[in-house]
Amino acid sequence: MRRNGPLALVFHAVFVTVMVAPILVVCLVAFTPEGYLSLPTNGFSLRWFRTIANYPEFIHAFWISLGLGALSSFVALLFAVPAALAIARYRFRGRDALAALFLSPLMIPHVVLGIAFLRFFTSFGLGGSFAALIIAHVVIVFPFALRLTLAAAIGMDLSVEMAAVSLGAGGWTLFRRVTLPLILPGVISGWALAFIQSFDDLTMTVFLAAPGTETLPVRMFLYIQDNIDPLVTSVSACVIAITMTALILLDRFYGLDRVLAGKGDPGR
Amino acid sequence: MSSVAEERSIRAPWALTAPALMLFVGVLLIPLAMTVMLSFHDWGQYKGIEPVFILKNWQEIATDPYYAEMFWRTFRIAILTTLLTALLGAPEAYILNRMSGRWKSFFLLVILGPLLISVVARTLGWALLFGGNNGLANKLLMSLGVIRSPIPFMFTETGMVVALAHVMMPFMVLSVWAALQRLDPQIENAAMSLGAGPVTIIRRIIMPQIMPGVLSGAIIVFSLSASAFATPAIIGGRRLKVAATLAYDEFLNTLNWPLGAAVATLLLAALVLIVVGSNAMIERRYAEVFR
Repeated sequence: MRRNGPLALVFHAVFVTVMVAPILVVCLVAFTPEGYLSLPTNGFSLRWFRTIANYPEFIHAFWISLGLGALSSFVALLFAVPAALAIARYRFRGRDALAALFLSPLMIPHVVLGIAFLRFFTSFGLGGSFAALIIAHVVIVFPFALRLTLAAAIGMDLSVEMAAVSLGAGGWTLFRRVTLPLILPGVISGWALAFIQSFDDLTMTVFLAAPGTETLPVRMFLYIQDNIDPLVTSVSACVIAITMTALILLDRFYGLDRVLAGKGDPGR
Repeated sequence: MSSVAEERSIRAPWALTAPALMLFVGVLLIPLAMTVMLSFHDWGQYKGIEPVFILKNWQEIATDPYYAEMFWRTFRIAILTTLLTALLGAPEAYILNRMSGRWKSFFLLVILGPLLISVVARTLGWALLFGGNNGLANKLLMSLGVIRSPIPFMFTETGMVVALAHVMMPFMVLSVWAALQRLDPQIENAAMSLGAGPVTIIRRIIMPQIMPGVLSGAIIVFSLSASAFATPAIIGGRRLKVAATLAYDEFLNTLNWPLGAAVATLLLAALVLIVVGSNAMIERRYAEVFR
């Protein structure tokens, strides 16, 4: 294959710079020692990170986001693992339609989902509650949990399961001791990707969250709408750091291109 | 014996998918249906929502030019964003694909990584870069001699398109990247050995083969841009409304839920039609590639 020419490399350098610039700028401004938005030209300061402590609503929102992400991703897997096993192993009527339905939250705009859930939960008196947030997040992260679990289930060697059956294992034991350990990498990656999606969601959550159940992105968004100051950059820098950590772990254990493309090539 | 096993294999998949199916019917399909119904209800400042069947909201959207302008702006921004990501993302994916192993996976991580970083944080970055007429972006462009006078980015459609293109770029690169993986590098070598120059190779060999990837990337970018909320809300400010931010206003500021539901229903219907239509067109046009 031909190598990239100098022109291509210049294009690539500019492209990557522009992709990284906005994220880098947020992280740099977060370290400013000044009281206003500026790049830290004379020395770095942790002043704005310490200021976060004076804003309990950000810290509360962080815990809400963390709990919501962890819990909704876990619940989504409880539904997704059996569904993935069924879709991977059986050819039954309505299988394709079912798979399409399960992946549909990816296609429906989150603003529409936000409105639909707001209408739905308000009519049950659950508007703004944490329970409503959990259920809504289970639905939007479900496709991510399903896709990675499905990839693992399709790639699984069925002969191991047959061997276990021939040795007398069945039902719950078979699942717990054989099937689950074999698809576990896919399940864990599915959980991690689902967690990130839940942790980052703004568009749907902004409709559902009430004071007290605001997630971190919602809190940040409402804050930015009023004014942009270095405080919100230091909060963003923390969010970026958390996501980057999860990202690097996902890439190490599973391969980021596979996670994002949702391809299930088991021979890796 | 065998009939028992057969019966089990018919029931098993439904038993396994039943919980997820009930979840989706109960808390996805029913809420969506309720939203469509809501768009036909009446609303008044003092009486609130009245569950009657009227076409008032739909008539308002159809007759008031404010909504036509807003939807046209939404789709104009989405189209420009899609074009920008295709024009820059496709060459980048090609360049990326020709890099050697370690650099390739490093830059893939750098370009795809932002996909998982909060949209609020990414848009905040653009707001900082744009920041008024003496923002960093303008200073850099002027010192490089690209522009003479500062471009207003904040609170303009230009700024929205630039920031949205950045947010959506990973989807385009990923989609073209996937198409490039199916491409046989030997074809390129064969073309070269037959005397084709680099321009001819890209135009006659590479382009036709990655076009399905560009188009399916374009569908994803278009539908996500047309329904984007965070970026238009932060960069566009309170006045420059798109469909998603208008629906948000109707629901949480004006409290005219039925009208907001009508806007959302129309957005959903338009997107479904566009996405399904162009998917069918692409599959017919490039049937041989998907075989």
